[in-house]
Amino acid sequence: MGDTRGILIAGVGGQGILLASDILCRVFMAAGLDVKKSEVHGMAQRGGCVTSHVRYGGKVHSPISRKRDVDILVSFEKMDTLRYLDFLKPEATILINTEELYPPAVNLGDAEYPKDAVETARLSFQKVKSIDATNLASRAGNVRAVNTVLLGALSACLPIPLETWEEVIRKSFPAGILPANLEAFRMGRVA
Amino acid sequence: MAKELMSGNEAIARGAYECGARFAAGYPGTPSTEIMEAFATYEGVYAEWAPNEKVAMEVAIGAALAGARALAVMKHVGVNVAADPLFTVSYTGTDGALVVVTADDPSLHSSQNEQDNRNYSKFMKIPMLEPADSQEAKDYVRLAFEISERFDTPVFLRSTTRVSHSKSVVALDPPLPPEDRTAIRFDAEKYVMVPMNARKRRVEVEKRMRRLEEYAETFSENRMEIRNPGIGIITAGIPYHYAKDVFPDFSYLKLGMVYPLPAAMIREFASRVRKLYVLEELDPFIEEQVRALGIEVTGKAVFPYTSEFDPGIVERAISGNAPDSAVLPERPLPMRPPNLCPGCPHRGLFYLLGRMKVFVAGDIGCYTLSFMKPLEGLHSCICMGASIGMAHGMSKALGEKGRGKVVGVIGDSTFLHSGITPLLNMAYNHSDALIVICDNLTTAMTGMQEHPATGFTLQGEKTTGVDLERLIGALGIENVRVVDPYDLKATRKAIRDGLEKSGPSVLISRRACVLFKREKPYRGKPYRVDPEKCIGCRLCIGLGCPPIAWKKFTDASPIPERKGKKQEGVSYIDRNLCTGCGLCRQLCKSGAIAEEESIDG
Repeated sequence: MGDTRGILIAGVGGQGILLASDILCRVFMAAGLDVKKSEVHGMAQRGGCVTSHVRYGGKVHSPISRKRDVDILVSFEKMDTLRYLDFLKPEATILINTEELYPPAVNLGDAEYPKDAVETARLSFQKVKSIDATNLASRAGNVRAVNTVLLGALSACLPIPLETWEEVIRKSFPAGILPANLEAFRMGRVA
Repeated sequence: MAKELMSGNEAIARGAYECGARFAAGYPGTPSTEIMEAFATYEGVYAEWAPNEKVAMEVAIGAALAGARALAVMKHVGVNVAADPLFTVSYTGTDGALVVVTADDPSLHSSQNEQDNRNYSKFMKIPMLEPADSQEAKDYVRLAFEISERFDTPVFLRSTTRVSHSKSVVALDPPLPPEDRTAIRFDAEKYVMVPMNARKRRVEVEKRMRRLEEYAETFSENRMEIRNPGIGIITAGIPYHYAKDVFPDFSYLKLGMVYPLPAAMIREFASRVRKLYVLEELDPFIEEQVRALGIEVTGKAVFPYTSEFDPGIVERAISGNAPDSAVLPERPLPMRPPNLCPGCPHRGLFYLLGRMKVFVAGDIGCYTLSFMKPLEGLHSCICMGASIGMAHGMSKALGEKGRGKVVGVIGDSTFLHSGITPLLNMAYNHSDALIVICDNLTTAMTGMQEHPATGFTLQGEKTTGVDLERLIGALGIENVRVVDPYDLKATRKAIRDGLEKSGPSVLISRRACVLFKREKPYRGKPYRVDPEKCIGCRLCIGLGCPPIAWKKFTDASPIPERKGKKQEGVSYIDRNLCTGCGLCRQLCKSGAIAEEESIDG
């Protein structure tokens, strides 16, 4: 509590969520803030839900937020946005990647994929932004850079200088894929 | 002093390195795995994966007896496997130092139970430290080694998933130069635990416990934070931070050592606050001991017994306040359980087993996921190595009724962990069950760790890899076959043959994990469904392969021609996810599935 703020990054195993939240933490550290993050590994590569809480401020205690206490939700998968709305403050910002990843029950034909996640989120929250991050990532030159596109979009919501972000990103990717990731970040920032 | 963002696990490894420990042994298991992986990368250390936790513990005990500062690392259920040596090394102590990391898993994020291993510290009479974040994780390892040396006792360091896998800022210290205190020393009275010696050591253990109880009163990491005297909370580990988050002004007794407890400090704290809580996940371990001191306290009366906590749970339990229930849309969402990867070599095997009307006694690994729809190819899972003994017991109990109908399945790493002795038992006691070893050439579930058959050590050195076929033959089992699970027809026949034979049979289903880069897993051209040929029979859907989806005609455009009155849709393969393993093509009876380029248009 106090001045601690919370970001929740959520999506599906294999989407690069853990790397994104690592980068985010290093940005907060570089900005001189205390930071903690928490996620659960183990099933991360097996297509299950993956969430990463990041909390920052002057002095952070809990690495996870309670319900109704998250300031920004970055959702890497459209439908999964709806799983985490109860973690958000009423005035929270929601960034939604419009990519649809079908869970097994949908592939089996046993359940419908809810197509209207963005509209549903807008019923309860004012600041909802949808981003075609997969498309932007492939335009940036690396279809796997979805996480960097979404970090770019997130950066536009946080009062941290662009140079700090780019400095951390430069240290986070090998030279071969760095240019595409820097481009993906910039595209996400203005998306 | 440099600061770094570290997970609790990385911090434990760093702490051991900084305080001069150069020896560690463990077996991988979530949430503990990264401790060994991180420790192994430091210069000048010796670190090994043992085949199981009991061996790892004995290796660490041997090192500590020789005078080293040794670390043994495992997940909570691993301590069950290692419990036998631990109970008795508590009597002997060591000439060096022995710290045992137990990584518990409240909420069962990746485990078969959520046992509270603090109980072991009391049961084994071994002191236990419990850090609340990465900085403490690093600092407490050094303290644990110091206590181990000073009191001639093994020491537990307990982490939980939330501490192991959270990351927070850690101030690094320069590593102490390691001191070599190893030597061969003889002290049979202390180390030969036969009754006449063990009885004497038993008395020493109680003396040690009394000295540790005194030490706990002045231990630097047991500290009182007196603020508002209205409410005081006794807590340890990560729940401390949850409480500080929502109740920064309450008074706290933060315990760094959860066993033995500082009785005088607890009495003093209780006398300085009006209402006293014990805040702890899982068992009322501290609460019961506080009550035994005759102190009135609120614990499990308001806090849950099960699952990990979060700041919201702590807030609700103490203040009774629930945050305003938001007006959120009620939307039932399809679950997103973890699934076998596209191209997973387990998929074909469990597809077949699920359709054979056999009981499949399962084990711990990725393949455990195949109990779910649509594979439903695994019917029990208790603990590491249980599948083989259970299949044998079931087969014996069923007698004729079970002939050809009982299978045990186990992964390669799990087989080497604790499957060899039950397989020896099957040969010895004339079993009729079929055992399938799902050999994907690695410890896949925890992220590609080496094991005694991979040919490499934890530190990357080439080594002898055990030959499974010869090992099984040496146990006395003659009927051993190897099959490629990408070949459904051959695998089906091999399972049938194994079930029909009397006596024990072993089938090794061998293909590298599709994520295991070193083995260059198969990557073929993606497959595609020709909607004009697909008859909508849904056989391929039954594989539960992530790229294969069912498209109802109502969602398709243009709508393909119906091949029968009852056809409701067609299958579709996501080319970006497909690895080209070809299982779906083998199932397709209408020839609708083919490699991409071979379909016209």
